[in-house]
Amino acid sequence: MSDWTSDEMMTIAASRALSNDDVCFVGIGAPSAACNLARLTRCPDITLIYESGTLGTKPDVLPLSIGDGELAATATATVSVPEMFRYWLQGGRISVGFLGAAQLDRYANINTTVIGDYADPTVRLPGGGGAPEIATQCQKVFVTVKHRARAFVEQLDFVTSIGFGPTGQERAQLGITTAGPTLVVTDLCVLEPEQGSNELVVTRLHPGTTREQVTEATGWPLRFATEVGTTDEPSDEELAVLRELHRRTEEAHAAR
Amino acid sequence: MARFMGLADAIASSVRDGQTVALEGFTHLIPFAAGHEIIRQGRRDLELVRMTPDLVYDQMIGAGCARRAVFSYAGNPGVGLLRRLRDAVEHDWPRPLEVEEHSHAAMAAAWDAGAANLPFAMLRGYLGTSLPEVNDRIRSVTCPFTGEELAAVPALRPDVGIVHAQRADRAGNVLFEGIVGVQKQVVLASTTSIVTVEEVVDDLDAPGMNAVVVPGWAVDVVVEAPGGAAPSYTHGYYDRDNAFYIAWDQIAADRERFTAWMDEHVLQEAPA
Repeated sequence: MSDWTSDEMMTIAASRALSNDDVCFVGIGAPSAACNLARLTRCPDITLIYESGTLGTKPDVLPLSIGDGELAATATATVSVPEMFRYWLQGGRISVGFLGAAQLDRYANINTTVIGDYADPTVRLPGGGGAPEIATQCQKVFVTVKHRARAFVEQLDFVTSIGFGPTGQERAQLGITTAGPTLVVTDLCVLEPEQGSNELVVTRLHPGTTREQVTEATGWPLRFATEVGTTDEPSDEELAVLRELHRRTEEAHAAR
Repeated sequence: MARFMGLADAIASSVRDGQTVALEGFTHLIPFAAGHEIIRQGRRDLELVRMTPDLVYDQMIGAGCARRAVFSYAGNPGVGLLRRLRDAVEHDWPRPLEVEEHSHAAMAAAWDAGAANLPFAMLRGYLGTSLPEVNDRIRSVTCPFTGEELAAVPALRPDVGIVHAQRADRAGNVLFEGIVGVQKQVVLASTTSIVTVEEVVDDLDAPGMNAVVVPGWAVDVVVEAPGGAAPSYTHGYYDRDNAFYIAWDQIAADRERFTAWMDEHVLQEAPA
């Protein structure tokens, strides 16, 4: 099937990175769509966790917030927020953290706090929420973000959550033992950290995307892996399930 | 023992200008009715504490109640930014807003420490982030046993803590169900606690012996405020009004439209 959008490709490619036995801490927005698509297709037993304290939730529609009632009603258990962060996240129980980003640099450090100077910002963004500790305490992190030059920047205005650090080596130097961002999925391609340098390089292009397009949409001199693959096209099932999920979600959010 | 009061009296007798006030509720059980009453009573110079300021603080900040905000995620979840908070931070409208910004893990731990009567909370946190550079209340302690350095933040001990709950019985025992957030911690950490509830009932009808019930002798004031969490929600009573959360993005985008909305829907409304 070739009738799909780049947004759908991003969500589908991100969902494929998850496995059935993952315990996944889900960020809101694109990560939430990807995680639930995985659950509704290849990974029926995946454990999805939202920071509001819902363990093992199985929402029928995508939540607008991380604390919609749907999440609690369909969860195995609901715990307090201090317990969520202390026992379950800091306790090392989460295999994958799934984050979005406003800005991201070549070492997958993320900014969701401010554009411009912190004390006198050009744009005050929402801030970190759970991300600073999700980034260091989940066994690994996946990031999904639309590929735009204003998002893929040479220099972050603020580090909300660490990827591999300012030169790619600080994560290890700080004594952080989790793997960090092992995968970045955009609407154009898939990037992974290069062994050793930890610099993000393109490892797969989505079907129909050119290297020039990706380079153009990146604010630093982007490098490509020695072998660059092509992402498999969305399957009929993936598209059908994702579209039905979005349809149910829009209907539910519009209703009162 | 909890006293039962009307909303206007509860706010008038407990909330003073300049105090540190927390209206909590992690997306669920946000005490909007109490926030609106604080706006109507014209409280000023408040230090507002909340993990997710949400629409309730966007409204209170836009109405000029706050001089300072302590938070860990200042977005309209799933929608975008909090435009009134943004306008205050970026353009000092209607007045400048000082911010103290944390991560969720740190604020959750700080609520826990406040309830436990500890001076600070510690966590494995803030590694590699810029937040400690802009917030001098993020510091560190060294584990006396292993030498590990851990992040430390002050415990949260507000003057007044306000939360919403499903219901209370006649003795003021309060039941929280669903996403319980930091509701219990806020009640126990605050000098004065106010719990607004959907209904006051003869039998609390708690779903099990380990339900989140805060005894009436640990609560200062109980207020019956049906619908008091809307447009957030009360599990078992009404759903989150997601359509309004989406619509708020437009209402709050413009100062005049915001002011007109607040005038019609908050200032002219009689308290519950």
